Amino acid sequence: MSGMNERMKSSLASRRRVLADALRGACGAGVAGLLLGLLAVQGRSRPAEALRPPGALPEADFLGACVRCGLCVRDCPYDTLRLAEPGEAVTLGTPYFVAREVPCEMCEDIPCLAACPTGALDPGLEKIEDARMGVAVLVGQETCLNLLGLRCDVCYRVCPLIDEAITLEREHNAHTGAHARFVPTVHSDACTGCGKCERACVLEAAAIKVLPRHLALGELGHHYRLGWEEKEKQGESLVPGVIDLPDRVPESLPEWTP
Amino acid sequence: MTAKAHPGRDALRAKGWLAASKWLLLRRAAQFGFLGLFLLGPWAGIWIVEGTLISSDTLDVLPLSDPYALLQSLAAGQVPAPAALIGGAVVLAVYAVIGGRVYCSWVCPINVVTDAAHWLRGRLDLPKGWQPKRSTRFWVLAMTLAVSAATGVLAWELVNPITLLHRGLLFGLGFAWTVVAAVFLFDLLVSRQGWCGHLCPVGAFYGLVGRVSLLRVKAARRRDCDDCMDCFAVCPEPQVISPALKGAPQGLGPVILSPDCTNCGRCIDVCSRDVFRFAARFSQAEEGAPAREEGKAAA
Repeated sequence: MSGMNERMKSSLASRRRVLADALRGACGAGVAGLLLGLLAVQGRSRPAEALRPPGALPEADFLGACVRCGLCVRDCPYDTLRLAEPGEAVTLGTPYFVAREVPCEMCEDIPCLAACPTGALDPGLEKIEDARMGVAVLVGQETCLNLLGLRCDVCYRVCPLIDEAITLEREHNAHTGAHARFVPTVHSDACTGCGKCERACVLEAAAIKVLPRHLALGELGHHYRLGWEEKEKQGESLVPGVIDLPDRVPESLPEWTP
Repeated sequence: MTAKAHPGRDALRAKGWLAASKWLLLRRAAQFGFLGLFLLGPWAGIWIVEGTLISSDTLDVLPLSDPYALLQSLAAGQVPAPAALIGGAVVLAVYAVIGGRVYCSWVCPINVVTDAAHWLRGRLDLPKGWQPKRSTRFWVLAMTLAVSAATGVLAWELVNPITLLHRGLLFGLGFAWTVVAAVFLFDLLVSRQGWCGHLCPVGAFYGLVGRVSLLRVKAARRRDCDDCMDCFAVCPEPQVISPALKGAPQGLGPVILSPDCTNCGRCIDVCSRDVFRFAARFSQAEEGAPAREEGKAAA
């Protein structure tokens, strides 16, 4: 009987030991996991100037799909892309480029995307013109030479989609009162975010910058309808005839005579 | 104690330097050879292999991908494209046959770092230090997959010293050397064989891949063992040796079956009596003089 007891005791002790070991392993890994999780979550906030290669999945998907192999970087013929090193603000090992340093040359065959083994660069992107790496924004409203009345036009000239992604819109130059200003105007439905305009801007700091589209673009309320578009669809005004609403004047207002 | 400070001295004397270092030399040649193949491109412009250990393209015909990275990707909720899946399958198939942890001892660049730490630790005669359970690495492995699932980010790739070093050498080291130095110092001062033997989830993963691998180390002449303990002293996973070497009375076969064994072959080198050799998993035949054992039993 006592022998049985001993055996039970020792089996209980060994079970306790196994359980304690497992608990220790799980807790240790759990603590490390918390730190790793913090690192992962912080890595999601990518600096605005770090642009992903063409066809990159939305950032949240990209960080789970990209295995940080560097094949896209290798196959980029212009050394545009690079991999984030430790200590940089971009998630470690992921590919990006900085437009002001080396912009995307918009290769027709998109070699970076063709090299991606995982689909983090979406093979569904067939034409580089459909890439949306970001969108150029004329942020230097006080410094752009064209807005100051000169004819710099460099951003417009270098745009691979000239007259589609950037146009020059003529408007009155109120400063001189006698001349025109040619305002570089980006069209977000055509701009790929390649960054050639930002690279080429002659200023000390670029007046035109490629920004992530979610930062740069506004979005209408989904229920909004533009009257002129609806009118075109309908073929005529949605509200027939001119509506003449009665003039209303607060009753307390004194009689007014011109 | 002296035998442990200089394991392999008997083998050096008995077999000569080359025979007592054969597998170590081959292993270093493989480690630097694989690294060299990758480096030929960026350093010499000869593009045989493109990419990194985590996913590469050899001569535009052979895609290889790290199945552990793909597993993290899956955990993060992304299904890799066919090219990566094929590459991952090739890697899985190869290591399933030759031993999963062959990756650790024959390919992984961090192994050179931790081996250096282990060598120096022996020279300085430092204490073992912190020895967490060897099963800790499986908890770490599970943790990396859980964090990948929770954050949608490949979790281990945020800190993996293997890819940090490899990518650093190929694309620019940056601060990656600090992580490599940390692993070296950890193995040297904090924990003997701590990184590869206890914590690294990549090794844990490849151990699982090679659970039933064909290629194994076998204590074929275990009857000739003179208990010098040199094999235990050099083995990065010494717990794998005992069942095969000393398990005859319990009816255990001479083949090292533990998936922790990295097939590094160092035990083959340092054994002055040539007890060990590479063999197939199912080969049970023993070699050497059976008379020795009888003599021992009588004594």
